[in-house]
Amino acid sequence: MSEHRILIVDDELSVRSSLEEWFREDGFRVETAEDGQAALRAMDRGPFDIVLLDLKMPGMDGISVQKRVREIDPAATIIILTAYASVQTAVEALKLGAFDYVTKPVDPDDLSNLVRNALQTRALAEENVRLKEKVSELTAITPIVGVSAPMEHVQEMIRTVAETDSSVVIRGESGTGKELVARAIHAQSRRRYFPLVAVNSGSIPETLLESELFGHEKGAYTGAQYRRKGKIELASGGTLFLDEIGDITPKMQIGLLRVLETHRFTRLGGNQEIASDFRLICATHKNLEKLVEEELFREDLFYRINVFSIQVPPLRERPEDILPLARFFVEKYARAMGKPVLAIAPEAEAALLAHRWPGNVRELENAIERAMVVGKGQALEGRDLPLAAQTDGAGEPQARSLAALEKDHVARVLRECDGNVTQAAKVLGIDRATLYNKLKRYGLRR
Amino acid sequence: MAAPIHLAYVDGPTPGWSDALVAGVADVFPNPIRASAVPLDLTPSFVPSRQQHHATLVLAALLRHRPDPASKILGIVPVDLFIPVLTFVFGQAQLDGPGAVVSTYRLRAEFYGLPGDEGVLVERAIKECIHELGHAFGLVHCAYYDCVMHASSTVDEVDVKGAAFCGHCVSVLEGKGWK
Repeated sequence: MSEHRILIVDDELSVRSSLEEWFREDGFRVETAEDGQAALRAMDRGPFDIVLLDLKMPGMDGISVQKRVREIDPAATIIILTAYASVQTAVEALKLGAFDYVTKPVDPDDLSNLVRNALQTRALAEENVRLKEKVSELTAITPIVGVSAPMEHVQEMIRTVAETDSSVVIRGESGTGKELVARAIHAQSRRRYFPLVAVNSGSIPETLLESELFGHEKGAYTGAQYRRKGKIELASGGTLFLDEIGDITPKMQIGLLRVLETHRFTRLGGNQEIASDFRLICATHKNLEKLVEEELFREDLFYRINVFSIQVPPLRERPEDILPLARFFVEKYARAMGKPVLAIAPEAEAALLAHRWPGNVRELENAIERAMVVGKGQALEGRDLPLAAQTDGAGEPQARSLAALEKDHVARVLRECDGNVTQAAKVLGIDRATLYNKLKRYGLRR
Repeated sequence: MAAPIHLAYVDGPTPGWSDALVAGVADVFPNPIRASAVPLDLTPSFVPSRQQHHATLVLAALLRHRPDPASKILGIVPVDLFIPVLTFVFGQAQLDGPGAVVSTYRLRAEFYGLPGDEGVLVERAIKECIHELGHAFGLVHCAYYDCVMHASSTVDEVDVKGAAFCGHCVSVLEGKGWK
């Protein structure tokens, strides 16, 4: 019936042998022990699924044995068996984590049900652990790749802050992976089984952001046909990630401050206060202290969110991370595209190292993705990289304005992408609207 | 030649339903089945404080009446059996051993305040005898509800299960050289 292991601890030989026979017939692998010392020796030969433990034994009493058994194997299910019914000892045993408590002689039906329930409970607990591991595996985020000292420091900060519930501000240039850091903090925190809800505060107009964060009741404004939960409500139990926090308006700053102070809010058009237990992580590429000085960012909100600050360094300040990151992205896109993992030719490596990476890791990822699409050989060559022209050029480049360089670069990328704005914007590490603006400004055509 | 199975009626003459029991057991076991009354004194196994007989002691006494070392002996007793930790048992067997015992005490409808019914008694006795003999031939409890080796702690559970081994238990027995 089963391959479960059971340890029977009782000072009476007749009880031990009876139960041994009973459980052997049930398919258990049975061991017996005549006292506490023998039980602890048997535990070393464990693990046991169930320990049936007599409370009244000479020498070490059952409660003491139970404590020691739990120390040796916290996962073992302990069932107390005693000839003397005593509420006090039963309560004590249950408080110490015993699964149940039965008085001898026990009805065979009760014993069968008890053991069956104990095994089912144990199986559920084990399944729960397995499922949680599976969830962790499935929700595993893109790892933060970096061997440089600055990135090791970032990793250390993530580990430190993940254990707490403090608000965090992640700072760094665009494309450095601030959201990845936020997700890593969430994934290592006790909130990891609840959602991380991300909101890009910079890309949403104020009126929409208010509705996005707080939600709205039906009829709150024209077009609000249904009640909608806001991101703050959806993040309850988990983490709210506000990207580009430096871009939110003064009015939104007040609303956000109030929520952070009380963890309560009201949906737009509603009058019922809603509680939400969330942890706040913010990110910005702006200098918040300067914004506070310029009175563009509320000082009280700044101190509320800036409990812990993590600075993600730009890629140019950690060149030793360029090749490990490039190899990581090669593997990532090889998997996604169903291609073999290509090597990176020395000449391409040199080009990658020589580039300044103004778009940081995002730009590097886009460059590798593009190279994986166009690359035909056994290895990624310098010509596959969209930055080859910058690093391969002979002689000193003549002094030119930044705008002229940008115009040339945008035109070249657009050309390489056959006029596809979406793809070009991705390669450039900017959004489509920004690219359209640049095309208009420089008079470029698709 | 398969080991003979001795059905030993203890504490009384061979009952009138013996032939039905032998036929029922023979339906399942290919072994030669012999039935007879055995003059076994159950007094030493009686425990006055519980007003029941200690199944392990009954089994030990029964084994002394085994006709030959190669055989299995199954005692059928009219008294109520227990093992120290349980309130009662329908039977007990030595796993992969020579002996087993079954009590008809709680298999009778009268025990539950119902009118006596020999047909029901025989049906239950056949299942419990096959079940305990199954243990003696090395089988453990089976998860399949209809298999005779399914564990039963109440008479209702005895009634629900079948009187034959499931395919899995048959294959286990065959693996042990049965048939």
